[in-house]
Amino acid sequence: MTQAAPANTAETLPLADGVQGIVADWSSDQRAFKNVPWGKAMMWIFLLSDTFIFSSFLISYMTVRMSTTEPWPNPSEVFALTLFGKSIPLILIAIMTFVLISSSGTMAMAVKFGYEKNKKMSAILLLITAALGATFVGMQAFEWTKLIQEGVRPWGNPMGAAQFGSAFFMITGFHGTHVSIGVIFLIIVAIKVLRGDLDHERPGFLTGRKGKYEIVEIMGLYWHFVDLVWVFIFALFYLW
Amino acid sequence: MAHAQGQQPAIAAHAQGQQHPIGIYLKIWGLLFVLSTASYLVDYFHFQGYLRWFLIIVFMLLKAGLIVAVFMHMMWERLALMYAILVPLLLLMVLLGIGALEADYTFFTRGVFFLKGLL
Repeated sequence: MTQAAPANTAETLPLADGVQGIVADWSSDQRAFKNVPWGKAMMWIFLLSDTFIFSSFLISYMTVRMSTTEPWPNPSEVFALTLFGKSIPLILIAIMTFVLISSSGTMAMAVKFGYEKNKKMSAILLLITAALGATFVGMQAFEWTKLIQEGVRPWGNPMGAAQFGSAFFMITGFHGTHVSIGVIFLIIVAIKVLRGDLDHERPGFLTGRKGKYEIVEIMGLYWHFVDLVWVFIFALFYLW
Repeated sequence: MAHAQGQQPAIAAHAQGQQHPIGIYLKIWGLLFVLSTASYLVDYFHFQGYLRWFLIIVFMLLKAGLIVAVFMHMMWERLALMYAILVPLLLLMVLLGIGALEADYTFFTRGVFFLKGLL
């Protein structure tokens, strides 16, 4: 061979593993996050910041709940529903939890079919995910209506400590907003998949970057995060 | 779970994205259903005190771990990304501690204030 080696020799070098890999990746004087598309690393960093926002809400809720001298309303009773003439504790919240977990399952499979370039299955699963998300928001709207009719306000309620209302509306409201935004973006991504935008690498509405199936996975990261936050809200606000 | 990684090393290495068999998603989905049911039953059967808190926290962390590790593909990412995202979360423990200290102090001063009002 008289010709020099190809220009992209870096690709042939194996990446180190373990702790050595961390040091090598971060000190490589290139991009720190190897094997990950740029958008995915950025979504992870956004989710990290969002985690801090929700954690601040949940820790503030802990602080007000620990410091109030009034008794805290029992969530098991506040969120009970009467079904078939029987009062079942927390049943609506349990159903909402299952709906959101199911939407996470369909989302994970949508990502899988996306990478396999199975447009139809990916789009169908994305739309099912969006429908489940919309169902969740609908049930949350029902729950808010019920509580508001029972006299729960951000500044007080008939069941006990006044801080219950402010914590409830703030935390579930912020989470519901995240779900609603997620539903809108799920529909947008589903349309992109169905139209073949990602097969033809058409750039999106707000960007000049080529469309690729990794945006389905990035969408998935956001959606799973919404489910993840609900896991914490369910445990710490509703069950505690 | 390790077999999923070993099965398609070539694909993963060429930045084709995360491709794993559908079975692992369905299994984790089922597991999340079981864990959610379990945490609902903690409330349904009126467990109280430390047992309740312990069970709630355990089921919560297991669910969170499964979602992050499998659904969000964190277990197949390189350590550099894993640590960059997961280690900063430890800072929240500091905020949690400060919040608890502050709440205890507020509760104490409120107690003193309302007691004085009664006297």
